[in-house]
Amino acid sequence: MPELDAEQLKILATKIRAQVLKMTHRAKSSHVGSSLSIADLLAVLYGSILKINPKNQNWEERDRLVLSKGHACAGLYAVLAEVGYFPPENLETYYQNGSYLAGHITHTAVPGVEVSTGSLGHGLSIACGMALAGKQDAKNYRVFTILSDGECDEGSIWEAVLFAPHHHLDNLVAIVDYNKIQSIGRVEEVLNLEPLADKWKAFGWSVVEIDGHNFEEIQKTLGQVPFKSGKPSCIIAHTIKGKGISFMEDKLAWHYQQPDAEQLKLALSELGLRE
Amino acid sequence: MRTAFIKTLFDLAKQDEKINLIVGDLGYSVVEPFQKEFPSRFINAGVAEQNMTGMAAGLALSGKIVFTYSIANFPTLRCLEQIRNDICYHKANVKIVAVGGGFAYGALGMTHHATEDLAIMRSLPNMLVVAPGDPVEAKLATQAIVEHEGPCYLRLGKAGEPKIHQDKINFKLGKALELKYGTDITLISTGGMLFNTLKAAEKLEEQGISVRLLSMHTVKPLDTEAVLKAAVETSAIFTIEEHSIIGGLGGAVSETLAESGNSQVYFKRLGIPSTFISQVGNQEYLRNLFSLSAEGILNSVETTLKKTESWSSKKFI
Repeated sequence: MPELDAEQLKILATKIRAQVLKMTHRAKSSHVGSSLSIADLLAVLYGSILKINPKNQNWEERDRLVLSKGHACAGLYAVLAEVGYFPPENLETYYQNGSYLAGHITHTAVPGVEVSTGSLGHGLSIACGMALAGKQDAKNYRVFTILSDGECDEGSIWEAVLFAPHHHLDNLVAIVDYNKIQSIGRVEEVLNLEPLADKWKAFGWSVVEIDGHNFEEIQKTLGQVPFKSGKPSCIIAHTIKGKGISFMEDKLAWHYQQPDAEQLKLALSELGLRE
Repeated sequence: MRTAFIKTLFDLAKQDEKINLIVGDLGYSVVEPFQKEFPSRFINAGVAEQNMTGMAAGLALSGKIVFTYSIANFPTLRCLEQIRNDICYHKANVKIVAVGGGFAYGALGMTHHATEDLAIMRSLPNMLVVAPGDPVEAKLATQAIVEHEGPCYLRLGKAGEPKIHQDKINFKLGKALELKYGTDITLISTGGMLFNTLKAAEKLEEQGISVRLLSMHTVKPLDTEAVLKAAVETSAIFTIEEHSIIGGLGGAVSETLAESGNSQVYFKRLGIPSTFISQVGNQEYLRNLFSLSAEGILNSVETTLKKTESWSSKKFI
């Protein structure tokens, strides 16, 4: 992958957001806020961090990304298309009858998707297995996984959080998209995760908290993994659900609601784009 | 069966570096030689079956042949969604091994009775379901599932089951083994019921009944050819399993028969009714409660045949 500079990363993030808005509008599908909160993380990962080759998606040495919060699939499909795994016009088929682009991230027939998820609490364990295989084979690839905050309610996540440090998986990076809003309420009201960083630290991870919308901070932090040799890395990314679109930001409704034609126009104009 | 399995896996792991064994903190006095010989390919995932199973999928998607191992319902029901989504949907090369099929852990109680596992595993796309009938079949099944690329459920009994096959057998996944050729009735057994079924068959033969005995070690894909052949060549088919009569071997065979258009053959499922058992007892005691002892099978077959009109005129009833 050619390494994008700061300006290009911002452009990529804007492209992801625009695609996500158009896809959810067209499909009348949910989870627009969940995709927008990870748009900047995805842009930096696919624009400058992941060692990947869209022309050779099964390259053995590639870095792996497991989107454990599978409902934010629109964001991942968008970035995969924008970096060249498949033509961006295919995104128009998202959620449509006969398409392969399902409403939760799906690997079948979609180039660049490592793993299908959608039920929460699965991705970190799969990522652990991939990281363990890398260690067994003395390969240098890294495994990144993006979790939602609500997903951290799942017991299976904490099984995997226990497992990774025990096996010294320092080729594993878990990024928690901490946008503070889960399915039908605020995280602190539904099932409080705090002190979240302390929990991961107590389980044996190297933890760094970042502003998940600050490109420089994201890039610098992701560029430093593993933070500590012999330990898996956890990045708690403080994010805003619906980030980038003023009327969607930090609003629970946009976990489900989709932009209508008027709202789409307004949202795209906020991104400095026309339809 | 457990011993045959682990010995075979040990030998296979010597030849194939891709083989990994992951246990859910069970396998005391069973898995230690594997652990000692292949320390980097042995993982005790702890008492955490969901992570064990998802992690196994991740390893398999990175090129490994992965066995997950635990007892009773722990490697199957406890982590069912990981099996469905992570293993089966991805066609991950993971072999799920459960020791203690049926009532093998008898007196340990209801939680340790694996009595719906075949039905549940059989309903999952891409999943092979294998329940060998004796240590010989267990050995050959272990070899066969390593050769088969994709998800598989291997249901074992415990240690110490009698060896039934004395001669060399031609074991193929999805192909029933014919232990006896007969023309009156067919007994189809899966898993550890083979021994009791064989004993019952011998008693029936003493009464002059010509019994066909099939060991249906692969419940999915079912050997429909053998079932349909038996439906034409014999007059009654009985399935015998240490499992609920819903959805397991009996379920699979009845689906095949019901759609075959053959209404001539009489059919009955012997197994466990859809119930929990609160009585305490060892494996044979519990089997006997549900007429799955050799004598119980014999009685069920005799009673059924006597009730069946078309049989009442036969000389041997």
